[in-house]
Amino acid sequence: MAEMLSIALPKGRLGEKVFELFSQAGYDCPELRRANRKLIFENPEAGVRYFWVKPSDVAIYVERGAADIGVAGKDILLEQAPEVYELLDLGLGRCRMCVAGPRSFRDDYARTLRVATKFPHIARTYYGSLSRPIDIIELPGSIELAPLAGLSDVIVDIVETGRTLEDNGLAPLTDIVPISARLIANKARYPFREAEIRTLCTRLEEILKDERSPL
Amino acid sequence: MTAALTPRERVSLALRELYQRYGYRQYTVGKFEEYDLYARNRNFLAGEHILTFTDPNGRLMALKPDVTLSVIRNTRAEGQTRKVWYTETVYRVPRNSDGFQEILQTGLECIGAVDLYTMGEVLMLSARSLEALGTDYVVDVSHMGLLTGVLSAAGAPAKLTADILAAAGEKNLHTLRALCAGAGLPAETVSLLLELCSLAGPVRETLPALLALPLPAESRAAAEELATVCATLSAFGSYPVRLDLSVINDTDYYNGLLFRGFVDGVARPVLSGGRYDHLLQRMGRPGRGIGFAVYLSELERLLSETLERDADTLLVYSPEDDPARVAAAAAALTAAGGSVRVQLRGEDGVACGRKIAPDGSEVD
Repeated sequence: MAEMLSIALPKGRLGEKVFELFSQAGYDCPELRRANRKLIFENPEAGVRYFWVKPSDVAIYVERGAADIGVAGKDILLEQAPEVYELLDLGLGRCRMCVAGPRSFRDDYARTLRVATKFPHIARTYYGSLSRPIDIIELPGSIELAPLAGLSDVIVDIVETGRTLEDNGLAPLTDIVPISARLIANKARYPFREAEIRTLCTRLEEILKDERSPL
Repeated sequence: MTAALTPRERVSLALRELYQRYGYRQYTVGKFEEYDLYARNRNFLAGEHILTFTDPNGRLMALKPDVTLSVIRNTRAEGQTRKVWYTETVYRVPRNSDGFQEILQTGLECIGAVDLYTMGEVLMLSARSLEALGTDYVVDVSHMGLLTGVLSAAGAPAKLTADILAAAGEKNLHTLRALCAGAGLPAETVSLLLELCSLAGPVRETLPALLALPLPAESRAAAEELATVCATLSAFGSYPVRLDLSVINDTDYYNGLLFRGFVDGVARPVLSGGRYDHLLQRMGRPGRGIGFAVYLSELERLLSETLERDADTLLVYSPEDDPARVAAAAAALTAAGGSVRVQLRGEDGVACGRKIAPDGSEVD
């Protein structure tokens, strides 16, 4: 029997939506629907093996070939810059990478800008493209607190609805890049699994096209 | 019986024999070189980090992060083609890694008169290098002129060209479409780029499709060159070669034919190569260049055999035993073709097929 295609899915709400999409495309896995604490699920008939992976780890699993393909947010791909193919924009989990700060914020070019973020690489690249000197303050969470407490001038973070920002007197100031879930593939596995991966892409694209077509 | 050569040594030997059979001479470089060589060609090197130190004369030196630059620097004679191969350790910080690693690579360079035959020969040697690993492999080939030809015919500026090549390198067609739309490239250019990037598969099937596309002059010349090189390659034999335009590299250094090799079971490319005439020009050297490197370090897991036992026989002796008798027993065992580990009774931690005493009796 042919080797199963291994797929790294991001744990959580996005991963569940992605799994529904894959199921619709013919890659269902009944074992995965039964709630339990397993991390690996297989459906030999559909030729797939799924892993639940921490969202920020998906690209690592794929880049290092532990999974043939996976689904990762564009934020993770921009931040980690893994050596992978980015085959499809699944359009799920849409949000924006933004510079946010106090509504009254005015950039003072006489000073280095203090930027708090979970995404230092994205922030550095963005401000580098503007030749704006910055001081990166890398924080693992609660980024919104940084400008409120005077730790930073602005933040670079993902904005979905903007509600958290608004509740804290902050606002998105500039959009850096739109974010959504992307289908990625390991470059060295691709030539050996090309037929299966292409079939999967085509099926996913058909479903996405139907969903996006105007009413 | 324990094999005399490890799988890695066997592969190294097979590669040496292969390259020498086609008249490539071994090239040996020292461990370090003047830092200046790398500083001037930093973008050619995959990583930014170089291990440096100052020599007794105050010169800044670097532990070699690359061999190709040294081979080129050593190339002076005009009108004479150099064909060399090397096995060297280079010192680099791999992508997404936070420390220097010693990376063992074997490579081959041909500098001087690089023509269609030479490209076919080097491509064949790259395929046979992977064949020597004894597992499924594939060589992806591309030609820089295919995409750059379409982009220059459409008048795409340098930044857009670089961004589109990067998207092609990721098979990221959604970003490629968005870049083209943002730059207002004509519809026929966009559809040609998308068709080129979607063409991936065995050259037997994809080359005819490539040649049938309405390509601008530069791209057509590239496609025809690729077709001739592949025909030359097939005269050597049949190899699993795919056309894949996601094989791209820095246009400041590389031009023309590019290729990348993968083996089943290894998560990263194990071979990378191509034409680097631009690098030669930048370094003020005449002629054309082509070469490739096989990343032997990437093959570590594929080539390392799990040692199930330290020796065929464990010969245990007591402090009272006559050393000459122990030696005679050990010599008899090795003379019979087996391997033996000799040690004092009572020590643990050695895995052997059987355990005997100097008088030949089995020990529990």
